[in-house]
Amino acid sequence: MATTAALNTLRAGPDENGHFGIFGGRYVAETLMPLILDVEKSWSAAKADPDFWTELRWYHKHYIGRPSPLYFASRLTAHFGGAKLYFKRDELNHTGAHKINNVMGQALLARRMGKTKIIAETGAGQHGVATATACALFDMECEVFMGAEDVARQKPNVDRMRLLGAKVHPVTSGSSTLKDAMNEALRYWVSKAETHFYIIGTVAGPHPYPQMVRDFQCVIGEETREQLHEAEGRLPDSLVACIGGGSNAMGLFHPFLDDSGVKIYGVEAAGHGLDSGAHAASLTGGRPGVLHGNRTYLLQDDDGQITEAHSISAGLDYPGIGPEHSWLFESGRVNYVSATDTQALEAFTLCSRKEGIIPALEPSHALAFVSTIIGDLPKDHLMVMNLCGRGDKDLEAVLPRLEKMGLL
Amino acid sequence: MSGYDANRLAALFGRLAEENRAGLGIFITAGDPDPDTSLAILKAMPGAGADMIEFGMPFSDPMADGPAVQASSQRALKAGASLAHTIEMVRAFRVDDQTTPIVLMGYYNPIYTHGVQRFLADAIEAGADGLIIVDLPPEEDAELCLPAVEAGLPFIRLATPTTNDARIPTVLSNTSGFIYYVSITGVTGTTAVPTDMVRTAVARLKKHTTLPIAVGFGISSREQAAAVARVADAAIVGSAVVNTIAANLDAEGQGSAGTVAAVVALVEDLAAGVLNARA
Repeated sequence: MATTAALNTLRAGPDENGHFGIFGGRYVAETLMPLILDVEKSWSAAKADPDFWTELRWYHKHYIGRPSPLYFASRLTAHFGGAKLYFKRDELNHTGAHKINNVMGQALLARRMGKTKIIAETGAGQHGVATATACALFDMECEVFMGAEDVARQKPNVDRMRLLGAKVHPVTSGSSTLKDAMNEALRYWVSKAETHFYIIGTVAGPHPYPQMVRDFQCVIGEETREQLHEAEGRLPDSLVACIGGGSNAMGLFHPFLDDSGVKIYGVEAAGHGLDSGAHAASLTGGRPGVLHGNRTYLLQDDDGQITEAHSISAGLDYPGIGPEHSWLFESGRVNYVSATDTQALEAFTLCSRKEGIIPALEPSHALAFVSTIIGDLPKDHLMVMNLCGRGDKDLEAVLPRLEKMGLL
Repeated sequence: MSGYDANRLAALFGRLAEENRAGLGIFITAGDPDPDTSLAILKAMPGAGADMIEFGMPFSDPMADGPAVQASSQRALKAGASLAHTIEMVRAFRVDDQTTPIVLMGYYNPIYTHGVQRFLADAIEAGADGLIIVDLPPEEDAELCLPAVEAGLPFIRLATPTTNDARIPTVLSNTSGFIYYVSITGVTGTTAVPTDMVRTAVARLKKHTTLPIAVGFGISSREQAAAVARVADAAIVGSAVVNTIAANLDAEGQGSAGTVAAVVALVEDLAAGVLNARA
């Protein structure tokens, strides 16, 4: 934190040991330590190599389809009757979400390190699909760990992964969701430490993952900055993104952290409601602890046992959050708020009907929060929301709920 | 009556050297399958031939453990286990046993939640002899290792097949008691111990340290325990023990005197293997 203060920027972290203030770090078993250090060394070298970025930018443009549009959502803006709402359209990326931004970067790094076998965990399946996609492209072996409950509620993504040639391991331990998939992926990695590269899907895990994934996702915020400047000639007044582990949010937020006039909102999943105990809001409902290689805010009991998260969105159903978010939460730079399952479902329908865009359940949480504040903001206020994924994958799970709620 | 005896581990390994034999470490999870059965198993271990206890502190997300120890942790938590209760069990064990070392083994989050200084004071006062914390590598020594060393409680390191020569000095820093060599690249209880590779690895570690080397992960039979006992200072058995607990519960999943007897029988068998290994 001293380093960060000295440089008068919020963007300098983490320190050399991977700490953002007290958060982050490398809390892993000794078997993985040499490997983590190797990833860190290779990442530092790649990061400083212009050729690495040139190649990644090529894939951005020709394979992912970047830059993704910054779209003025005029119908929703009119509907809410307040600030101007822009969507950063990362759901238009190849594979349908922001996850591919990070995966292409890590896959190129793995190739640089001579690794041809890839492991990944996935919640909603978007990271799994993105990883399976990159592995197909680069001719790498791909194994994806996915909670059994998520396998059931995100079947289209499971089918896509299989078609792309990946092996999907359903995980039945614990609550059979993302946390357990990550445990199992880490266990598997321990047994294959010398041959496999683990592509973590969010800004969490042991150093250097939170930093590396953030750096790969920052393309979202960098493009937004440029595109909004082109459209409006200035910076946004506010940014909104949903948060599970927090990679799409960090990618949007990070390039704006030092612009103090930009208000930033991260939206956690409140599940059945924060008071119900059945939610995934680690910052609002948790406290600092150590899990999955980093210190961060976690949902846990008085004994330090991790408790099960709940969200209708498989991608947000995780009892932790990236360590840099914990740091930004405590520093007060980012406002962390939440939206319930029901609110997200309403926003899911609203966005489909008003804009002709079916959003994933994850950004539906962001839109649900947007709907609570945007009407009261002045008409010259510019708000950018990250529409980080498309909702096709959610239809099977969501439609019965929408019918029951009378939304369909 | 109880309290911390700094020499319990050193005394054990001194005794073992004099007797020219390896020791047997037995891992059980505190509170598995229930508080009473678990305490009965713990108290029966020295009599059955265990020279040292690795006492697992249950955790909801044991990242380095295979299915057997995961299930054991789940049984214990379901039956009401907690870190405070684990420490109580150590205290209860020390009422009758002043010589058998107990090493607390587990993950950092429950300790962090309990408070590091409070945990160290409680563990030492109860009569624990060392700590093995799987998710605290040397890079995070400031968290618990250095405070433990300061308090006089040995912080025992894990060395693994991936710990290369360059890294051995890092792993050997700030440690005492013994070195725990993880015999396989994998989680607990999933692969059989590769004895030849263990021999080489122990020899490699011995070039760097005078500390005793205990070997664990992947030892499940009397023969494997004996094979390890020929090349290391102690053999540690865990998954086979908690599997025996799991296999000897009643229809409702409850423990009984039969559970204790089954574990005792297994440990006696393992101890016989270790005792006669170098004969």
